[in-house]
Amino acid sequence: MTSLFRDRILPVLTVIAAILVIWHVFVIYLNAPFVRDQAARAGETISLSQIIERTFAQERPILPAPHQIVAELWDTTINKAVTSKRSLVYHAWITLSATLAGFGMGTVLGITLAIGIVHNRAMDRSLMPWVIASQTIPILAIAPMIIVVLNSIGISGLMPKALISTYLSFFPIVVGMVKGLRSPDTLLIDLMHTYNASRAQTFWKLRWPASMPYLFTSLKVAIAISLVGAIVGELPTGAVAGLGARLLSGSYYGQTIQIWAALFMAAGLAALLVSIVGYAHVRVLKRMGVKP
Amino acid sequence: MNSPASVVSAKNLGLTFETGDGPVHALTGVDLDIKKGDFVSFIGPSGCGKTTFLRVIADLEKHTSGSIEINGMTPENARLARAYGYVFQAAALYPWRTIEKNIALPLEIMGFGAAEQKQRVEQMLDLVNLSGFGKKFPWQLSGGMQQRASIARALAFDADLLLMDEPFGALDEIVRDHLNEQLLKLWDKTNKTICFVTHSIPEAVYLSTKIVVMSPRPGRVTDVIESTLPRERPLDIRETPEFLEIAHRVRQGLKAGHSYEE
Ligand SMILES: Nc1ncnc2c1ncn2[C@@H]1O[C@H](COP(=O)(O)OP(=O)(O)OP(=O)(O)O)[C@@H](O)[C@H]1O
Ligand SMILES: [Mg+2]
Repeated sequence: MTSLFRDRILPVLTVIAAILVIWHVFVIYLNAPFVRDQAARAGETISLSQIIERTFAQERPILPAPHQIVAELWDTTINKAVTSKRSLVYHAWITLSATLAGFGMGTVLGITLAIGIVHNRAMDRSLMPWVIASQTIPILAIAPMIIVVLNSIGISGLMPKALISTYLSFFPIVVGMVKGLRSPDTLLIDLMHTYNASRAQTFWKLRWPASMPYLFTSLKVAIAISLVGAIVGELPTGAVAGLGARLLSGSYYGQTIQIWAALFMAAGLAALLVSIVGYAHVRVLKRMGVKP
Repeated sequence: MNSPASVVSAKNLGLTFETGDGPVHALTGVDLDIKKGDFVSFIGPSGCGKTTFLRVIADLEKHTSGSIEINGMTPENARLARAYGYVFQAAALYPWRTIEKNIALPLEIMGFGAAEQKQRVEQMLDLVNLSGFGKKFPWQLSGGMQQRASIARALAFDADLLLMDEPFGALDEIVRDHLNEQLLKLWDKTNKTICFVTHSIPEAVYLSTKIVVMSPRPGRVTDVIESTLPRERPLDIRETPEFLEIAHRVRQGLKAGHSYEE
């Protein structure tokens, strides 16, 4: 119990405390000029302690104080009905559904391509360069085009965002799975050969199980960038719902607190998704008898 | 024509690997006839082509000259007929399968029924003295136990020919003695044909009815020694003059092969 506190919790708390201290310093430093301006315009002279106090209570600060963000998060998650457009839970759900759809499609696409590449020499030669090239195009450049093109053929809403997530997430899956499916030792493949095993048998009994650690490592990366893809997909259209839309409307109206709250929500969501995949990873490997 | 009892029959067999820096003659002019029920040991310095020869028998490597027949068939047809079980130098167990699942692997692939699989796995575990370890994963077993599991796996589908590539190479003397004894008993009981690669002269003499001495560069057979020891072999047969004489002949053969290099 004490060692759990000392080894796991204490270091985390230390880092958080350090971040909070630095954050507060920056809140004062960045917001003070505006406070001084305001005071000067109103013709009042204010003391340093008053300045500091006011930097923590701005309506549209350059950098909001942590307690302001917490208050905004509390207000928009707990105090609003989840169906309300002002609820952050509602927006998070919109983004999450696109993330999960894109992640699902990216995973299926990635695994399918990897299987093709591993089993077919022609596919290996012809496909792999394209897979790599696809990731050299910046997503910010291609996202608006995907949205516009799909909109023009009548596809809108969740699907275009999910496709951007797919575009981002299939890549780590392909790369990881190609490596994983090729990971079995030649000795184990020779063994399959001596049994005169079919390709399907070699795949299901050897390549697939051998690739599991690689798959889950890729899935962790893929789920995180799926979320990024969904948020990026919400930016160019000026979407009305989703965490991306909250970021965008926040920056239109200078609502920095709203922006930061949405950012924190996105970060929390990413952490949650990655840990769910991580948990599945541990469970699967445990069932496969991996040495603890 | 082969006599029907020939299991492996190689005539002027050669295999040359084409590598980046020129051809490597792994095997040249190998003539060998292995009869049903023989226990044949292959002995020789590193790189003389012992593994390569087993791999040619197993159709994991294609010979480039001469001919070879397994049970009167090409190696490929013999493999398709699942004529042999192969034990590699490393245990090569699947880490995510329990020991019993590992032993059942060839049975699954060859389409044995569930009941028969279970029964054979039990039988094999018993044979290699691993009863009670079926539910363990490979990493939970010692190296010797893992090697026994891999032998059980090779035996599970009851092929008549067993190819073993230094199966006990990494084990200590005591475990090795024990496994040698068990292997001999098994061979005696089942009348299988065994091809066994080893670096140890006593091991080769103790186990074999026929010892094939090989030498490298190019890999070839320099001597084939028929053992005069009886089928029944207690461990202390290794102290008898007859045993020592055969061991001496093997040692001479190995030396003769070596002098070629100097
Ligand atoms: N796939 C390969 N490609 C090229 N050369 C090879 C290949 N496999 C084996 N050789 C060469 O063939 C020769 C015989 O190798 P082999 O593995 O049969 O030797 P070995 O007698 O089993 O040796 P050891 O006792 O060390 O296991 C060696 O010179 C080796 O370098
Ligand atoms: Mg070898």
